[in-house]
Amino acid sequence: MPRSLTPWLVAAAVSLSACGSAPATSTADPGVPQPGGTLRFAVSSDQGCVDPQQVGSNDTIFSLRQVVDSLTDQDPATGELRPWLATSWESNADASAYTFTLRDGVTFSDGTPLDAAAVKANFDAVQDLGARGTLPKGYLAGYTGTAVESPTRLTVAFDRPNVQFLQGTSTHSLGILSPATVAKSDDERCAAVVGSGPFVIESYTRDESIVLARRPGYAWGSSLWQSPGEARLDRVEFRIVPESGVRVGSLASGEVDAIGNLAQQDEAPLTAAGAQLLGRANPGIPFGISFNQATPLGADPAVREAVSLAIDRAEVVATVYSSQTKPATSALASTTPGYADQAALLPFDLAKAGSVLDAAGWLPGPDGIRARNGTPLTVELTWYSNSPANRAAVELIQQQVRKVGIDLQLREKPISESTPTQQAGDFVASWGNLTRADPDILRSQYSTAGNNYYRLPPGPIDTLLAEQAAQPDPAARAAIVAQAQQLLVQEHHTIPVVELTTVLGVAPDVQGILFDASSRIQLHDTWKVQP
Amino acid sequence: MTGRYLLRRLLAAVGVLWAAFTVSFVVLYLLPGDPVATMASGGLDGEPLPPEQLDALRARYGLDQPVLVQYGRRLLAALTGDFGTSIQNGQDVRSAILGVLPPTLQISVAGLAVAVLFGGTVALVATYTRALWLRQLLMALPSLAVSLPVFWVGLMLVQVFAFGLGLLPSVGANGPAALVLPAVTLGLPTGALVAQVLAKSLSQALGEPYVTTARAKGVGRAGIHLRHALRNAALPALTVLGYVVGNLLAGSVVVETVFTRPGLGRLTVAAVGVQDIPLVQGIVVFAAAVFVLVNLTVDVIYPLLDPRIGATS
Repeated sequence: MPRSLTPWLVAAAVSLSACGSAPATSTADPGVPQPGGTLRFAVSSDQGCVDPQQVGSNDTIFSLRQVVDSLTDQDPATGELRPWLATSWESNADASAYTFTLRDGVTFSDGTPLDAAAVKANFDAVQDLGARGTLPKGYLAGYTGTAVESPTRLTVAFDRPNVQFLQGTSTHSLGILSPATVAKSDDERCAAVVGSGPFVIESYTRDESIVLARRPGYAWGSSLWQSPGEARLDRVEFRIVPESGVRVGSLASGEVDAIGNLAQQDEAPLTAAGAQLLGRANPGIPFGISFNQATPLGADPAVREAVSLAIDRAEVVATVYSSQTKPATSALASTTPGYADQAALLPFDLAKAGSVLDAAGWLPGPDGIRARNGTPLTVELTWYSNSPANRAAVELIQQQVRKVGIDLQLREKPISESTPTQQAGDFVASWGNLTRADPDILRSQYSTAGNNYYRLPPGPIDTLLAEQAAQPDPAARAAIVAQAQQLLVQEHHTIPVVELTTVLGVAPDVQGILFDASSRIQLHDTWKVQP
Repeated sequence: MTGRYLLRRLLAAVGVLWAAFTVSFVVLYLLPGDPVATMASGGLDGEPLPPEQLDALRARYGLDQPVLVQYGRRLLAALTGDFGTSIQNGQDVRSAILGVLPPTLQISVAGLAVAVLFGGTVALVATYTRALWLRQLLMALPSLAVSLPVFWVGLMLVQVFAFGLGLLPSVGANGPAALVLPAVTLGLPTGALVAQVLAKSLSQALGEPYVTTARAKGVGRAGIHLRHALRNAALPALTVLGYVVGNLLAGSVVVETVFTRPGLGRLTVAAVGVQDIPLVQGIVVFAAAVFVLVNLTVDVIYPLLDPRIGATS
């Protein structure tokens, strides 16, 4: 028998008995990092495009992040921006222009130099990207052009304050591609790209694999990495394995070294087989409920407050999500820079929920559902079937709020309808989240100057959200962002419930898979313990 | 075989293809949701683009024109085999479909082989054996095989033979060994169908007068079974070939997902998931063409097997 049946049998036995034993974590010292080897990583999907500026799915970002470098890097612990391709940067007073000084001697893997002109070519071309280029387009909103002052100095200008641009420069979305790649059409770039990162794309087979090879001579790593030189691994194979049972089995049997998209039920078999579970909450807006305030129910503060009070977040997390997941405690997830804990404003209190509704004239009817002037308290919650946990979460919330007499009606829609639904305002309440490692995501969601999908009335929140976007001082900005979070939660403009958490299953002999500030992965420092 | 018979079949085939194109066009454009807005929503991660940028994108993909104009243009282009480019990755739709054909063909042919082998054996043994218990057991097998969910069978096979015993690769499309588990998974339900039809027509054929005649002439049991009854019973089995091909195509969606094989099924799932209209339509028309071709072939073979069909119709 080439492979031992034992891990699989143990895994099956544990998953069948579903016992809640503590995860077995490896405590042995892995020793000194060893170079070499191939990391095999199974992800669930392929976006069909290998241009980091055009992809938005984590499964694809995981591989393409390793192919491009960014101007800056963001410290996942503090949210601070650190040097990478740019050694320093400054902004003008109103945050509408940014000047970068680039590191010298960086080349793309096709041999061309990475200089100020190459960066300008990248930012200019973002405007011409098609429907797939929404992430970089968002970061470059109001872009008026880039001035090249010297081969290592450039200034990016906007027609309005744009604080989030700086954080955008640390993401894969604004990763710098070679001028030859940038000159191609967006469709052509989907098939092949050239970057300056620690790995290059060796091969891409649609729906099957993206294979990366170490870039020899790489010497300009992020200041956040353990070593600035070449990557430790020789190769990384990203295999597309859509079926979760096969992914879990592949890891448990040693066919792959790491897997993404772990569900709660996958954990026990994996930890029993000795695998590590790595998790980090996605920064940005946590999963929660936001109301359309142009509807009578959404405009009723008592209804919004009662829904918030009636949700038992701890139960939702424990029942539906992986063990790495935490309840949401603010309008921002805890991993977002500028996050301020508002847990005190988010209690689970059924009695208070009842009295809030009583006071507002929503009285219990014969069937237990409250009503006011003959109108039942029936709230329609629209949700999207893009994540398997969504259904279980909203169904549990439906049961929870039913206890205080709120009749939550669930309306499922495909994710393709999310934008049209929001634009048309065709919803009463909506379940969703957004990943972004910058608090400006609040402005895009809750400022009445923007899309204002939730039809909020103009108010003091608008002022706060506009102020933070133009405040270059990080401490001062954080203070304003904290006020905005407090107001948003206090007035229940959003009801945060759970922090979406990226969870990976990793073989015991793999070390140094690091989460970046956006909860994507960095594989430069990754290595395998040789047997 | 008359030329009239063939011509009528050909015209019907063209009609079916045109209908597939038109119905898919209507359905795709009447679907709620907007492919450009889908793409521009940036997955789970981005902020949606402002309306004016969305309009520019619609214009770029020709989705801003009146529906009839779009229909006319696409139909004309489709006649030359041009189904446009995928919205998801800009790939030419025709080359996207042709690109995944080889692995899908492999799995379909292998699945069909398993199906014929499994279905044929079960039907032949069940109708030949004199042991009642064996006959009843074998006749119950097809219903059991049909009722097992394909993805469950696939998962079980992969857990035991790939992860557990390490005998066969779990995923991928490299080499004949990687074909075994998917082919068995795909062939079981299809083989069950073949077994049901073949067993029924075999039993019928064995009751026909010519069997009695053959028996009187002293032909042995096995000879009657294989040379006389099977030949006549094969005709109804051939009739369900179109259905079997449909089974294989539908099954490929599941099998390709479980076994991580590239192919038409995976392509379809991805295209439908993001409402990649040109790609979905290309796949629908292609699938219709496969059915038309299979049925046309059956129609042509029929009169060869039974001359009465061509003459009387």
